[in-house]
Amino acid sequence: MSPALFSPHSEPRSVSKGRPAFGIPVLAMLLALASPALAVNPDEMMKDPAQEHRARELGKDLRCLVCQNQSIDDSDADLAKDLRVIVRERIGAGDTDDMVRKFVVDRYGDYVLLKPPFKGTTLVLWLGPFALFVGALAVVFGFYRRRRTATIQPPPPPLSADERRRLDALLKESGK
Amino acid sequence: MIAEIGHFALVLALCVAVVQAVIPLVGAKRGMGSWMAVAGPASALQFLLIAIAFGALTNAYVTSDFSVMNVAQNSHTDKPMLYKVAGVWSNHEGSLLLWITILALFGYAVTLFGRNLPPGLKSRALAVQAMISVGFLLFILLTSNPFARLEPPPVNGNGLNPMLQDPGLAFHPPFLYLGYVGFSMAFSFAIAALLEGRVDAAWARWVRPWTLAAWVFLTCGIVLGSWWAYYTLGWGGWWYWDPVENASFMPWLAGTALLHSTVVVEKRDALKSWTILLAIVAFGFSLLGTFLVRSGVLTSVHAFATDPARGVFILMLLVLAVGGSFILYAMRAPAMKMGGLFAPVSREGALLLNNVLMATGAATVLLGTLYPLIADALNLGKVSVGPPFFNAVFLPLMAPMVMVMAVAPMMAWKRGDLAGVLDRLKFVAAAALAAGVLVWFLQGGSAGPWWTGAGFALATWLSLGTLIDLAERIRLFQAPAEALGRAIRLPRSAWGMVLAHFGVAVFIVGLTASAAWTTEHIQSQKLGETVMVGGFGVTLKSVEDVPGPNYTASRATFDISRDGESVGVMQPEKRTYRMPPRPTTTAAIRSGMTGDLYVVIGDADPKGGYVTRLYFNPCIPWLWAGGALLVIGGLVSLADRRHRVGAPARAAERRVAA
Repeated sequence: MSPALFSPHSEPRSVSKGRPAFGIPVLAMLLALASPALAVNPDEMMKDPAQEHRARELGKDLRCLVCQNQSIDDSDADLAKDLRVIVRERIGAGDTDDMVRKFVVDRYGDYVLLKPPFKGTTLVLWLGPFALFVGALAVVFGFYRRRRTATIQPPPPPLSADERRRLDALLKESGK
Repeated sequence: MIAEIGHFALVLALCVAVVQAVIPLVGAKRGMGSWMAVAGPASALQFLLIAIAFGALTNAYVTSDFSVMNVAQNSHTDKPMLYKVAGVWSNHEGSLLLWITILALFGYAVTLFGRNLPPGLKSRALAVQAMISVGFLLFILLTSNPFARLEPPPVNGNGLNPMLQDPGLAFHPPFLYLGYVGFSMAFSFAIAALLEGRVDAAWARWVRPWTLAAWVFLTCGIVLGSWWAYYTLGWGGWWYWDPVENASFMPWLAGTALLHSTVVVEKRDALKSWTILLAIVAFGFSLLGTFLVRSGVLTSVHAFATDPARGVFILMLLVLAVGGSFILYAMRAPAMKMGGLFAPVSREGALLLNNVLMATGAATVLLGTLYPLIADALNLGKVSVGPPFFNAVFLPLMAPMVMVMAVAPMMAWKRGDLAGVLDRLKFVAAAALAAGVLVWFLQGGSAGPWWTGAGFALATWLSLGTLIDLAERIRLFQAPAEALGRAIRLPRSAWGMVLAHFGVAVFIVGLTASAAWTTEHIQSQKLGETVMVGGFGVTLKSVEDVPGPNYTASRATFDISRDGESVGVMQPEKRTYRMPPRPTTTAAIRSGMTGDLYVVIGDADPKGGYVTRLYFNPCIPWLWAGGALLVIGGLVSLADRRHRVGAPARAAERRVAA
């Protein structure tokens, strides 16, 4: 990451004012995103608490397109605010949750969904973890089976005539 | 001048690291004791030189030497001393230097504590450690020199991002790095074991405590980071499934798996080649995390392009280290001798199942984190993978693991009796079911999310199961009079396990409750107006300007009442920093057993009020308590006599004496 991004004078490229790209580990980056003009503001909220609650639940799953991995509810970018207003307008117009989601996806594409839709191009993403788990269990199962066959030894070959004679001799000797 | 000494020390450290990476390895191969003996002094010298470099940079920050570019870009004379020192690792170059310093420290620790290690293993491990050093020293010297000068020096610096001006900056990154880099120990010893073609109990007895130490540091770092995010971000979230967070979570998952599989290697001499693989993977994830954060490839594709040299360099380092290790593993691991036998239903089998779930969890996080990149590269369209995906896929994988966690410790080694263990847990199962149903009714049935009952049932199952196991170990019910004595004599590693597993249960309570029942009130609040939040009356009394060392705060005073009686005052702040001129919020938090009252003050409203954000976050302190129990459990286990460094020698002596 270029040190210029740390400089307060340089505007981070392609990143909203909501979340500058950042260089120190983990949460530090997240800390950089927050500013006190936080996300959902009272003036944009819906009068009906039930409708507002629906708007918030929908907002959690919609991505602020100009931010990094931030939902529109958590972002103070202008575009996120626009989307929050659109979601509330649609709810106000009587749309169901699915209709609102479709309305937004039709305009911005799947990219706007923080939970990618289940379809051909995301098959690996959605099924991969479970395939991995089943695969790992199969490997473990194979390991146990190999173990078992490895520990069961083939029965030793029967004694040869010569060996039997020597054994008899030994037994007779010890029997005395 | 001091900065140049620091730079020069890094160059010298590189030379020493090259020697340490080559000579002991050749010595170990040819059985030349004097060549192998180079590793010890070299690791000490390397650490000394890198510590000098670190000291030089710290000195530049403390004295505000703005002729050093790094200091000019990230510091300011007004900054409190704590943030001048912590500012050293607040940026790319400095945090890389911290990484290398810790790596050298671990290398030196091998020399310091490893007197009793077999010389071949020790010299090879130190050589591998030095190879990692060479890679990172080249990286810092060629692409990220922290000592670059600025001509002419500016009068003052740009200052530090106000968001980072928090005690969290002083502790979170060092702990995280101690964890990341700590896994290099397991990695170096895994590679050394592959080179030697031998893994034995002495190996595990060395690797286990160091893995445990790294895991404790990493856990501590992640929990501190979450806590920091929680109180600073201003709306009560503590985990976001952000790529940068995932970068620290993947090594944690792999490290947790490694921690449990080393137990099997040590006690039962089994799962050896799997443990070696995990050691490689755990450190591989640490390197990957460093790559993801440092290159900026995930946070912004453009950041990668603006400085491709860094991204490409660290990607090469990653490919070399991990790819090379995997090739070596593929060549050497099949020849390793099979260890002790065990049935699928046994302690070993349960630990193996834990490993499978942990590894799948880590792979899931990896897939989700990298998928947007993969989809973009393969032209599958732009995809976002956010928290809803991870919650939907990762959490179901963890549920069976929590169920196994209560059963596994009761299982016998080699061949367990599952029916018998489940019989001992039948009351626990009933209690878990009852707790789930109770919580479901308390939240008003389907008025809350469906999974709250499941969360509480799992927490009850695990906590009671762990306590029953402890009670049986100390024979609390059979011989209560002797139980205390037995509890004291119980190995500390067993206590560590009990504490850590119990901590996970406590954590699950916090996770479930805070995710399901957080209440939020966002409004424009006038002076004197009261808002009810989580049973508290929150009254805005006043807002006034208060000067800070390098900022001005507008501080609100809220009166808090419960059932009409005043219970205290809360004072959140909105700060505006002078350099750089950026605003931050400081929430006021009132913690209790049942949850946190979380109060944030916003901008003034044209209508004469203030935007206030008031939250009640249930059971949040349980999260931190659970995290603390994990760390304490790790520390207690680390204090176990058998884990103390040097134990391998005593065991060896005993064997000779016998």
